[in-house]
Amino acid sequence: MADIRNNFIGIKSPNPFWLASAPPTDKAYNVVRAFKAGWGGVVWKTLGEEGPPVVNVNGPRYGAIWGADRRLLGLNNIELITDRQLQVNLQEMKQVKKDFPDRAIVASIMVPCEEEAWKAILPLVEDTEVDGIELNFGCPHGMSERGMGSAVGQVPEYIEMVARWCKQYTRMPVIVKLTPNITDIRYPARAAKRGGADAVSLINTISSITAVNLDTFSPEPSIDGRGSHGGYCGPAVKPIALNMVAEIARDPETRGLPISGIGGVTTWRDAAEFLALGAGNVQVCTAAMTYGFKIVQEMIEGLKSWMDEKGHATLDDVIGRATPNVTDWQYLNLNYVTKAHINQDLCIKCGRCHIACEDTSHQAITNIVDGLRHFEVIEEECVGCNLCVNVCPVEGCIDMVPLHAGELDRRTGKIVQPTYANWTQHPNNPMAQKPTPVQVPEQEVEPAE
Amino acid sequence: MDERLLQDGIVGNRLSPPTYAENFADLHPPLDQHEALVESDRCYFCYDAPCMQACPTTIDIPLFIRQISTGNPLGAAKTIFDQNIMGGMCARVCPTETLCEEACVRELAEGKPVKIGHLQRYATDAAMAKNKQFYQRAAPTGKRIAVVGAGPAGLSAAHRLALHGHEVIIFDARPKAGGLNEYGIAAYKSTNNFAQAEVDYVTAIGGIEIRENMALGRDFSLDDLRGEFDAVFIGLGLAGVNALRADGEDLRGVENAVDFIAALRQAEDKGVLPIGRRVVVIGGGMTAIDAAVQAKLLGAEEVTVCYRRGQEQMNASDYEQELAKANGVVIRHWLQPKRVLATDGRVSGIELEYTALADDRLAGTGRALVLEADQVFKAIGQSLDASLWSDAGSFLQNGKIKVDAEGHTSIPNVWAGGDCVAGGEDLTVWATRQGRDAAESIHRSLTAQRAPAAPAALELA
Ligand SMILES: Cc1cc2nc3c(=O)[nH]c(=O)nc-3n(C[C@H](O)[C@H](O)[C@H](O)COP(=O)(O)OP(=O)(O)OC[C@H]3O[C@@H](n4cnc5c(N)ncnc54)[C@H](O)[C@@H]3O)c2cc1C
Ligand SMILES: Cc1cc2nc3c(=O)[nH]c(=O)nc-3n(C[C@H](O)[C@H](O)[C@H](O)COP(=O)(O)O)c2cc1C
Ligand code: SF4
Ligand code: SF4
Ligand code: SF4
Repeated sequence: MADIRNNFIGIKSPNPFWLASAPPTDKAYNVVRAFKAGWGGVVWKTLGEEGPPVVNVNGPRYGAIWGADRRLLGLNNIELITDRQLQVNLQEMKQVKKDFPDRAIVASIMVPCEEEAWKAILPLVEDTEVDGIELNFGCPHGMSERGMGSAVGQVPEYIEMVARWCKQYTRMPVIVKLTPNITDIRYPARAAKRGGADAVSLINTISSITAVNLDTFSPEPSIDGRGSHGGYCGPAVKPIALNMVAEIARDPETRGLPISGIGGVTTWRDAAEFLALGAGNVQVCTAAMTYGFKIVQEMIEGLKSWMDEKGHATLDDVIGRATPNVTDWQYLNLNYVTKAHINQDLCIKCGRCHIACEDTSHQAITNIVDGLRHFEVIEEECVGCNLCVNVCPVEGCIDMVPLHAGELDRRTGKIVQPTYANWTQHPNNPMAQKPTPVQVPEQEVEPAE
Repeated sequence: MDERLLQDGIVGNRLSPPTYAENFADLHPPLDQHEALVESDRCYFCYDAPCMQACPTTIDIPLFIRQISTGNPLGAAKTIFDQNIMGGMCARVCPTETLCEEACVRELAEGKPVKIGHLQRYATDAAMAKNKQFYQRAAPTGKRIAVVGAGPAGLSAAHRLALHGHEVIIFDARPKAGGLNEYGIAAYKSTNNFAQAEVDYVTAIGGIEIRENMALGRDFSLDDLRGEFDAVFIGLGLAGVNALRADGEDLRGVENAVDFIAALRQAEDKGVLPIGRRVVVIGGGMTAIDAAVQAKLLGAEEVTVCYRRGQEQMNASDYEQELAKANGVVIRHWLQPKRVLATDGRVSGIELEYTALADDRLAGTGRALVLEADQVFKAIGQSLDASLWSDAGSFLQNGKIKVDAEGHTSIPNVWAGGDCVAGGEDLTVWATRQGRDAAESIHRSLTAQRAPAAPAALELA
């Protein structure tokens, strides 16, 4: 059986599934239930300064989008950080850590962007003997209006500064939680690294409005007829999170910086994808909030089964395996030619591939052949784009078939070349390098280890 | 019209080989991957799921369905087998409409439960096709246990005992293991020799030896077993068939439904099975329905089930009754057999009497009905052979073996489960559960002196 014990920046947990800082980790009651259900660790709900806690709205905090069968696809929230007393949280954290020494507990912290504020809270957290801290620079609503959360996360200089204070005032490992509400995730990640952070975690939620009530013209969730943007999370945000993780994992400046992957992790497969792109573990919020803590059983069993099937003995055999395969567009092989191929035995003749291609793409799929309804790819026109595959309702009905070297590409009339050639060498590129010898930046050709 | 169909009497080859093949094909063809994904997506992953509570073996249904939906059918199979090692057969034969699927919240919501049985088959088929074995036996305990009967109860007990490191010998009177899975379940529910494939899959764990053609009471006694083994589990089902107590019962053409079904299950070529042109089945349970449907599928022109009470009281589920009707079987109620009629020593009809409830007791009304028939099947229940037990008086209760909550009988070191015990329902899934639970009890009892009871066995895997 695969060994899925996790060691993330020295913080050990029996598995790589942590609960992200959010309502599931707001109290000892919840966290104890989570640990009993099998979660490997938690990032406790974000703590604020000592003194009167923040208050939440007393109406709905969540908006959502669903599939037609009410499958929750995306969730949005306007909740703030913990609205419980700091001391209460700290006492509970200390107790739970004592009761579950084999599980990871990380304290999430958000205090004003002032050295004294951080200096004051760190020893209090250290005293709980939890395993590390996570700096919440991500919350996109409410707290950001007060100069915290994503207001800090959007300014790399602040990130660097606060990370440095934390490294200075505590011995605990420091994770910087990044907001996706920026243009290029690499800048805040680099700043975290410069500040000495031990790791980054991402993503926090994405600024969003999930719906508008067309009777009242209030955005949802509606608080007495008005709404505010919230933070988007759940399955819908996974692709965004995956890319951001990959960007940091392959950025020469941050390569090797440990990453805790967050955003839409719902199944073992999502988790495996984050790990493959370079995350050292994953954090989960919406899936637990949708299905309850038991969901982790599926994640644990599924990850182990897959690892066994593939012969991956430990998480290190998986982590980062896909990272070398993420590259810039300009390095993609332009000599790789594919053509769509429709399996006529599976085709149910709905016509979606045809109309997608006909109306919006390359007119490469027939509709009528010899007077009969018949859908077939016209190789002379097919650019190999994969749109038809994605709109076809029948799984596996359309394949993208690569042409072998030496075959004729009937669209271009050219013979497929065996060599690798990318845009940097292409004759149409005014900035093209001399085509020989083939030149690829070193990192791009490193084989997956 | 083919002449053979209209030929009076009990004759074989009424249909052509392709028609037999079509008639006895899989009742529910397996789900393909797409269907399984779409169906599994309908499950709400309910908390403390009602479906799970309704399953006699308490399979974690939401978890296994979720595992299917995340592309992990083997993991799903393990979740099923952890609770029910006969999960493959149960997926085919459980009356889900009165068990898990009746309890499914989507049955309540829209009358369309998640197809739990089909999904269970999808997962278990995937594991069995790969012969994926999930369990490793614990270190040998040196204990030997005799199991009498290789039906679902005996096999499930044997598997759990072997898992715990004990040696198991199963004795079965029949030439093949599997019990009613092999000799009783309707042919269209268990196709492609599935029962034997399952026996092989279950016993592949090791430490289980099956000795066929060995009957308790004929080849050995319970005392022999008690002398030779550390514990005994009895799961010998119900071998006896209740009598009609009607005149003419011994005529040629009057047969036990279970014998008819057993012969049918063993026949490669269904054409060798002679069947009447007009068939009457007496009974109201699953056996009656299965005999009637299969008689019809063998080419009988008219098949009538006669049950002495009303539709509501029939043991066969609504679904089974509908299946019978869809196959052209006529089900009649409030009729009890009086006399089998004969011409030239062969069955020619049956005289029945209308019944009614008088003061909540069923009684004949004196009004008779005669149905033409050239074959009559008795399906009014099976019974346990009381002569097998020296002290039947204290060993049995209402004609079945008396057991406590753990499956222990009144005799020291003897446990029992399945159809032969009082309590539970006469279903494959109940037999599986009782075998499993008795095995846990045996294990606890055998290891009690040496070490505290082992925790959940399944961690061993
Ligand atoms: C026709 C029919 C159809 C059915 N259909 C369904 C269905 O669709 N779904 C469902 O859930 N249930 C169905 N059942 C019920 C189900 O088959 C039984 O509940 C289940 O098989 C009971 O399992 P068991 O292990 O207790 O007994 P059995 O399956 O009867 O196995 C008992 C075993 O003990 C052996 N044995 C008997 N006497 C001796 C002896 N003296 N010495 C040694 N061995 C002996 C037998 O040969 C047999 O192998 C059906 C039953 C019948 C008769
Ligand atoms: C209701 C709610 C409250 C949250 N509160 C916090 C918080 O206090 N601190 C924090 O760092 N992240 C918070 N988050 C963000 C989550 O930790 C997580 O980053 C985000 O939900 C993405 O993961 P998911 O797709 O698994 O939900 C919150 C999310 C939700 C839904
Ligand atoms: S989830 Fe619980 S706390 Fe929230 S609105 Fe519903 S009942 Fe109230
Ligand atoms: S979309 Fe798929 S199923 Fe529909 S016509 Fe095209 S190939 Fe056939
Ligand atoms: S009751 Fe139905 S929907 Fe709920 S867990 Fe069971 S199968 Fe799924």
